[in-house]
Amino acid sequence: MDVELFWQAVPVLLKGLKITAILTFLSVLIGFNLGLGLALMRLSSNRFVSGFAKGYSTVFRGTPLLVQIFLLYYGLGQLSFIKDNAALWWVISDGARCAVLALALNTAAYTSEILRGGLMSVPAGLVEAAQACGMSRALRFRRIEFPLAIRQALPAYGNELILTVKGTSLASTITVLEVTGYAKRLMSQTYAVFEIFAIAGVLYLATNLVLITLIRGLERHLTRYQAR
Amino acid sequence: MEFGLLQVWEGGWIGAIMRGAAITVAVAVASMMGGFVVGVICGLIKWGRVRPLTYLVDGYTAVVRGVPELLIIYLLFFSSVEFVTRVATAFGYAGLADSGYAFIIAVIAIGAISGAYSTEVVRGALAAIPRGHIEAARALGIPGLRIFRRIILPQMLRIAIPGINNVWQVTIKDTALVSVVGLQELMRTAFVGSNTTRHPFIFYLIAAVVYLAITLVSQAGIDQAERLLRLRSRK
Repeated sequence: MDVELFWQAVPVLLKGLKITAILTFLSVLIGFNLGLGLALMRLSSNRFVSGFAKGYSTVFRGTPLLVQIFLLYYGLGQLSFIKDNAALWWVISDGARCAVLALALNTAAYTSEILRGGLMSVPAGLVEAAQACGMSRALRFRRIEFPLAIRQALPAYGNELILTVKGTSLASTITVLEVTGYAKRLMSQTYAVFEIFAIAGVLYLATNLVLITLIRGLERHLTRYQAR
Repeated sequence: MEFGLLQVWEGGWIGAIMRGAAITVAVAVASMMGGFVVGVICGLIKWGRVRPLTYLVDGYTAVVRGVPELLIIYLLFFSSVEFVTRVATAFGYAGLADSGYAFIIAVIAIGAISGAYSTEVVRGALAAIPRGHIEAARALGIPGLRIFRRIILPQMLRIAIPGINNVWQVTIKDTALVSVVGLQELMRTAFVGSNTTRHPFIFYLIAAVVYLAITLVSQAGIDQAERLLRLRSRK
């Protein structure tokens, strides 16, 4: 490989990696909390509430992320009541903020399914025992249900994190320059398509490796009661 | 009218969107079938640990599942454009933006992505076949190819259905990404329509509804197939 090309491409792609990392971090932060809320709504006994959560996850998991991003960025930007609302317009008018919103809404749908599975796997006896001890609902959730559910859901959530990292590449379609955006630009400037792909690919694989290692570490920490 | 529903109707965009949806389904089906063949071959290699090849397959699945689909599509598209342009100009043919070419590249790209996920599904399904079945077939002296056809393949397919269903859902959604390289499928049609009429909201909303319809209908179909193929257990 051309050494000059390498030194030209790496700093640019690393600049993109920073944006990719920020996009991932923010959308996971928002998406996880939204997803947790949706999972709890899904398990609610109120049919309207659980129906809403089910519909939300069907719609967001049944349509491509690209459509969701375009709908938010191009579609909502057209509507006058969005333009008139200062806070909404602040989010929608900027590509990066819009991408974070779309990614967060998207990952929330998948997260809610993963967490719902985790919450349903908590043995009823444990919850009943907590009830019998007089724990309030919030305390029960914080001390019993959530820790057990997250332990169960963590491996699947690790996969979802990687999908979110990959999803950030779509932000390049709405003018955000992250790794894929810069890679596309470099490919059309230098014509060294494969070399640029290799460098960008290594950056993505490294990011995923870091995330997987973190999740594995957390998993080991949460299952430390199991003597190995 | 702010939403532009009228323009969609009068501009004849409904027909264009339906044609786009047909191309989306065609790309998805072709990529899924190609990807499944790749998946069975690579899955068998991974399952059997065929020495030099298994490292190659490991690399393929690791890269494709770890790198964004968009980047893979750019790689295949940009690298092939150069090559195809050279071949095409050598034969005195300049019309490169021919949709047949875009379709083939799209199927190769989405098929390669789908194939990597199928590989993992097939490998998992093969690993779930009880070893005793294969050993029993061998003890009966059934030839290797027939063991594969009569014992391994039917069980693998049945076990793999839920996983293949997931791959199919992902594949349909991935086809939207090939719109960025210009294939006139559903997403591209919505993009062109919204640029022409300046009503992006309604176009992307329609696209979303059509995608949702495709995924929900195929989900229902696969649920039905799964019910038919389920093993009737003896309790």
